[in-house]
Amino acid sequence: MALDVRPAPGGARVAPPPQRRRWRTRLSRLDVSLSPYLYISPFYLLFLVFGLFPLGYTFWVSLNHWEIIGGHEYIGLQNYSRLLTDDQFWNAVGNTFGMFLLATVPQLLLALFLANALNRKMRAPTLFRMGVLLPLVTSIAAVAIVFTQIFGRDYGMANWFLHFFGVHKIDWQANKWSAWLAVATMVDWRWTGYNSLIFLAGMQAIPRSLYEAAAIDGATRIRQFWSVTVPLLRPTIIFVTIISTIGGLQLFTEPLMFNSGYMNGGSLRQSQTVMMYMYENAFQRFQYGYGSAVAWMLFLLILVFSLLNFLIIRRLSRGAT
Amino acid sequence: MRVIRHRGRIALAMMLSATLAAATACAGDDTKSDGGADQKITLNVDDFGTFGYQDLYKQYEAQHPNIKINERNVPKLDDYTPRLQQWIAAGAGAGDVVAIEEGIMVKFKSQPDKFVDLKKYGASSLQGNFIPWKWEGGMSPDGSKLIGLGTDVGSIGLCYRSDLFKKAGLPTDRDAVTKLWPTWDDFIATGKKFTGKVGGDTKFIDSPETYYNTILMQEAGKGSNQTYFDQSNKFVMESNPAVKAAWDETVKMSQAGLANGVQFLSDQWSQALKKDAFATAPCPAWMLGLIKEFGGSGQSGKWDVAGIPGGGGSWGGSWLAVPSQSKHPKEAADLAKFLTSPQGQIGAFKAANNLPSSPQALNDAAVKAFSNPYFNNAPVGKIYGPAATSLKPVYLGADNQEVRQAVEADIRAIAQGKLSPGSGWSKAVSDAKKASGTG
Repeated sequence: MALDVRPAPGGARVAPPPQRRRWRTRLSRLDVSLSPYLYISPFYLLFLVFGLFPLGYTFWVSLNHWEIIGGHEYIGLQNYSRLLTDDQFWNAVGNTFGMFLLATVPQLLLALFLANALNRKMRAPTLFRMGVLLPLVTSIAAVAIVFTQIFGRDYGMANWFLHFFGVHKIDWQANKWSAWLAVATMVDWRWTGYNSLIFLAGMQAIPRSLYEAAAIDGATRIRQFWSVTVPLLRPTIIFVTIISTIGGLQLFTEPLMFNSGYMNGGSLRQSQTVMMYMYENAFQRFQYGYGSAVAWMLFLLILVFSLLNFLIIRRLSRGAT
Repeated sequence: MRVIRHRGRIALAMMLSATLAAATACAGDDTKSDGGADQKITLNVDDFGTFGYQDLYKQYEAQHPNIKINERNVPKLDDYTPRLQQWIAAGAGAGDVVAIEEGIMVKFKSQPDKFVDLKKYGASSLQGNFIPWKWEGGMSPDGSKLIGLGTDVGSIGLCYRSDLFKKAGLPTDRDAVTKLWPTWDDFIATGKKFTGKVGGDTKFIDSPETYYNTILMQEAGKGSNQTYFDQSNKFVMESNPAVKAAWDETVKMSQAGLANGVQFLSDQWSQALKKDAFATAPCPAWMLGLIKEFGGSGQSGKWDVAGIPGGGGSWGGSWLAVPSQSKHPKEAADLAKFLTSPQGQIGAFKAANNLPSSPQALNDAAVKAFSNPYFNNAPVGKIYGPAATSLKPVYLGADNQEVRQAVEADIRAIAQGKLSPGSGWSKAVSDAKKASGTG
């Protein structure tokens, strides 16, 4: 598939003297075997310096009792054992997964249907296809500020709208379910369009002939969607799910802004995510060691959960075929 | 195998050279020349809330053509502190002059080597310019170094909306209003009357946590002069009657349905302020500036200032310090001296009503006669001034801010009706322990 830009071997040039020729062959062989690695090396070197090294260093910090002043002391895995019995940590984990599920499941389904709709023949397709991406261009902070106002207790649009149905004012920040819902809405507003474009790209790679064949066999549009589109979209679905998992478990800015910038995520930590708990420990309580342990736990959680997602989705969409 | 090892070595070399480059970049930054007298020096000033220094900066720049002042204000103290803490610990990033609030002063004073000794820059002779305890508060724990020069003190009044009081059939004159509430229980009774008449979206008090902090500082000032920690930084929240008294009183307010329950200084708080959603707010002198700033011109003349229930008290007040990481310590110290001079404090008082910590400024005719048009021409100089000299400082431990935030969250949860007052106290104690790292 990929474009081959390697110099074509040989050629109709005048043959150079044998010695130089041997040297050249060796060079070009080296070029073929080595240059791909050289081309990608900047990424990996940068990753090493800015990705892998901090990761390792964070792990080292997490093995220490490390405060902002007064040095540090090696305490082994004590931070981790403390973390396992820390109800505030598990509360944050629960919130993170709660908001992740509440945001991601409807978001991916919505994105899938949206992509399917955008895949049909329509006027000005580029306009509509780019249109769904617009929310992504706005800054998270702006989105969060606007949505926080919408979900305001006293003067918010959501409560104004709900009062027509006789719903009493909801203090969105005060309840777990309402805080999760509000944050999930922000996330969905921003990311649904992005995911549907990725789905759309995957859909366009599905050969039209399959749909024609299915239509001849008498399959309805819905049947075509579930029996042709979804199974063939499997790699895309896996990709999108894993990316959403990573993003969803690192949720930070939206719930932070939703709580007026307070890292505790509400009076009873209703919407504090693991990222916020990490920040609170490391940069507000200045317990770097403990904060680093939270960061590593989050890393492991994401790893495990992404793997789990991968397995489940592979199984699910295989079942569909 | 050999190829791999070779490549590893290349990667290592590249990593090393990158690190070296980074290190030399840092070194280059450190040794940057100070610039001669004719070169313009920019002094960064870090502060929070409203310090009322804008006109003073202009004045100072006019007098010192080689100085440019750059204020980096952070509205919320709770956002400002961790940032400052990080800069100070990292040894880079902090401004040349930084404001330190009383609740975090102990924490920063415990790192005296991070700050310039202002005595070295001629501040020793200024002692007479400050109320004695304010001057003492700026000294390092061993009394050898002068870390901060006092800015303001936080003697407390009570702001109320006279238009809403009128609507509720309550007196509107500030002296008559003060007489309504000799004690906090009287205040709650007044609040119940108010709620019975006005009702709707308008509540009697704003955030329960502001009242809690006010009462806590009052109670602490009356007795032990300490809140969550004693002088040796031992956690004493459970055994300190001041904390429990403030807690109980605030819970009573929430149970009486008086609290609006918005978080202090959040967007919702400023919205509620603009939309008449609360009728009173505890007003340490520095709060006057905040109400004016967030209330906007629409609220002008509707607010007034009365006396606080339960006698005098102090909450808040700050110092200006010069971090030793500053590249222009002399110029920074001179600026701090200027801003905290009696003249500087009078200027800040006029701009933001931050109550001076300088006896000369407090006795100045301009301060005494100053009335604030935004607060219905309340003679704020007369209301706040006399209490300032008799205030006693309350000792706030090094982890004061973290603990305060944890307790405030539980207070708010009670006002939201999400935490039962019965189990609230023990939860607050355990949250506070966790926040201070002792639990």
